[in-house]
Amino acid sequence: MEHKANSKYPISHIIGFLLSLLLTFAAVFVALKTRLSFTIVMWIIGSLAVLQAGLQLFMFMHVTEGEDGKANIINMAYAAFMAIVIVVGSIWVLTSGHAAH
Amino acid sequence: MGIKWNEILITGDPLIVGSQIAIVMTVIAIVGGLTYFKKWGWLWREWLTTVDHKKIGIMYILSGVLMFFRGGIDGLLMKAQTARPEMNFLDAQHYNEIFTTHGVIMILFMAMPFLIGLMNVVVPLQIGARDVAFPQLNALSFWLFFSGAMLFNISFVVGGSPDAGWTSYFPLAGKEFSPGVGNNYYAIALQIAGLGTLMTGINFIVTILKMRTKGMTLMKMPMFTWTTLITSIIIVAAFPIFTVALALMTFDRLYGTHFFTLSSGGSDMLWANLFWLWGHPEVYIVVLPAFGIFSEVIATFSRKSLYGYKSMVISIVGIALLSMLVWVHHFFTMGAGPAVNSVFSITTMLIAVPTGVKIFNWLFTMRKGRIKFTTAMLWSLGFIPNFVIGGVTGVMLGMAAADYQYHNTLFLVAHFHYVLIPGVVFAVFAGLYYWWPKMFGFMLNEKLGKYHFWLFNIGFNVTFMPMFFLGLQGAVRRAYTYSAESGFAPLFLVSAIGSIILALGFAVFCYNIYWSFRYAKRNVSSDPWDARTLEWATASPVQFYNFAVLPEVKELDAFWHMKKRNSGLVLKEEEIEEIHMPSNSGLPFYMAVVFGITGFFLVFEWHIAAAVAAIGIVIGLIIRSFDYDDGYHVTVQEIKNIESKWRKVEGGVKHHVG
Repeated sequence: MEHKANSKYPISHIIGFLLSLLLTFAAVFVALKTRLSFTIVMWIIGSLAVLQAGLQLFMFMHVTEGEDGKANIINMAYAAFMAIVIVVGSIWVLTSGHAAH
Repeated sequence: MGIKWNEILITGDPLIVGSQIAIVMTVIAIVGGLTYFKKWGWLWREWLTTVDHKKIGIMYILSGVLMFFRGGIDGLLMKAQTARPEMNFLDAQHYNEIFTTHGVIMILFMAMPFLIGLMNVVVPLQIGARDVAFPQLNALSFWLFFSGAMLFNISFVVGGSPDAGWTSYFPLAGKEFSPGVGNNYYAIALQIAGLGTLMTGINFIVTILKMRTKGMTLMKMPMFTWTTLITSIIIVAAFPIFTVALALMTFDRLYGTHFFTLSSGGSDMLWANLFWLWGHPEVYIVVLPAFGIFSEVIATFSRKSLYGYKSMVISIVGIALLSMLVWVHHFFTMGAGPAVNSVFSITTMLIAVPTGVKIFNWLFTMRKGRIKFTTAMLWSLGFIPNFVIGGVTGVMLGMAAADYQYHNTLFLVAHFHYVLIPGVVFAVFAGLYYWWPKMFGFMLNEKLGKYHFWLFNIGFNVTFMPMFFLGLQGAVRRAYTYSAESGFAPLFLVSAIGSIILALGFAVFCYNIYWSFRYAKRNVSSDPWDARTLEWATASPVQFYNFAVLPEVKELDAFWHMKKRNSGLVLKEEEIEEIHMPSNSGLPFYMAVVFGITGFFLVFEWHIAAAVAAIGIVIGLIIRSFDYDDGYHVTVQEIKNIESKWRKVEGGVKHHVG
């Protein structure tokens, strides 16, 4: 935070803040002002939430900065990979084919 | 608590009664010997409380040798039982218990401690560090592993062994079909040992990322260190899956939940799914460090840099990622449907690509090299053709459609023995012959080593090659007998004879340890093989602080180039500074004891006793939290005294090839 915020106007924070607001209101709009089915609304809100979480990691939580910046990215990518493989993989394997019936 | 005292000790089977007597006699001999030679204090100070990575490594390796013996006896018993049709040597139940413990012990209590032991001894030295990142945690890792291993091993004399296969598939492994305590041992002992392994993984990731000596960038690390790093990452990724699966199994068996049962909405195949989500990466956890050992040994004895270092690194990382994506090939016949089976078929065959890259790299390393046929190099050379047979049959099994034929036959059993024995056991032997002088200050006898190699190698092939053909003829695995009409008898007999040759090979190895311990020359230099990496830049056996002054690395194969340039080999007295070292601690040993006791009570489902014993675990954690011991400093004078014993004043490393 120090080495960037001190030298210039915190432009990335403002963009991050505005984008977060935008994503939040978009979610509210989809939920309250549209007539999409419940499932579709959940999918849209969920996607917006994941987008916003990712956005905040970069804009506010400085994952790319500091001496461990690269390692942080690799860690998170690997963790996401593992979580997807284990959860989605298990569900896929156990619910496809005649084994599930 | 409902303790059934009459069910605790297994009685009636002469084999088991014999073992019980042997165990009691051994314990008496050990206790008596320690008391007679007044070695209790020495044992406690030098070994039980040590946090020195080299001693912890040696204890791991000793456990590995012991467990190899135990698992090997299991294997011999199976081979004896199937030597002739309709044998009555073991009954079906006893046979089930033996193939289960054989599998678990060989993978988790033989291969793992051998490799983790070598990692412990070698990796901090290779990266120029004074110990691992968390020395006391390292001791705790070992003692938890040991506690789990011992708990598992007493099962056959106390309460009965697990009998549902090393994969322990539900519903068979559930309470409904296996009501005895045997499978409780599986769930709880492996949980305790697994905790230790997980901690080792974390410890080595931090050690390798944070404690490399000056100048050693990631791409200048020796290959064994690279494979250890990737292995540790796989451990941290995969072991929690097993931890969770075992915990759910424990709940199912001890507290009546229904995660894996047939009734009440449980899913038995979920166990198989979770088991192999861990189990397949586990295969790579044991085989990757072994690849690292071969890389070191082949480079040293070809007297060349490892060929294709970068492609080696990329292929290890590739194997690590792919290892998470192939688990379904262990149960293609579950019937998951063509889409699932096709995808996992393809990922399985993809793994052959990076593995093939590695094989070619080793071959190219040897090309035009001046190869020295030491025992360590023989094991590495023997590994390549045998492992290729294992790999090719693996690709055959990886074709989902064909797998319906091979599944559950001895073809599969032959395949994984052809992968694991050359891939892991040969590597461990190569590593032991190679690093033995570094650990103990004397070499293992090379001549006995060659007998060991040839007996073991021939015995291995005679034992397992017939099993490919038996499997193709339809002989199923895990069957305790077969009829004379099946026509299996001749090949089974050949296989049994092979297993005796294999056992003779192992006996020669044990004799070699004994012989070398008593008679081998003690004046080996610090670098007897004219090797390439930093572990050879310090004394043999290594002094407790590893390096008087931490070496500085400029390129790959750092020590080789130091010798070529004749720089950095002489110790300059003014550079010596005080060294900060960690203190010994009895806490890890204490934790092993309370974990063992708690586990034992849980196995027998004496919940109140287990809860009381578990308080001991919490007390251990509290004591550790208030531990303010910051270690101690080794004085400059003491370092000078120790260094002068192995360095000549003029310095330099003596060359000596045995």
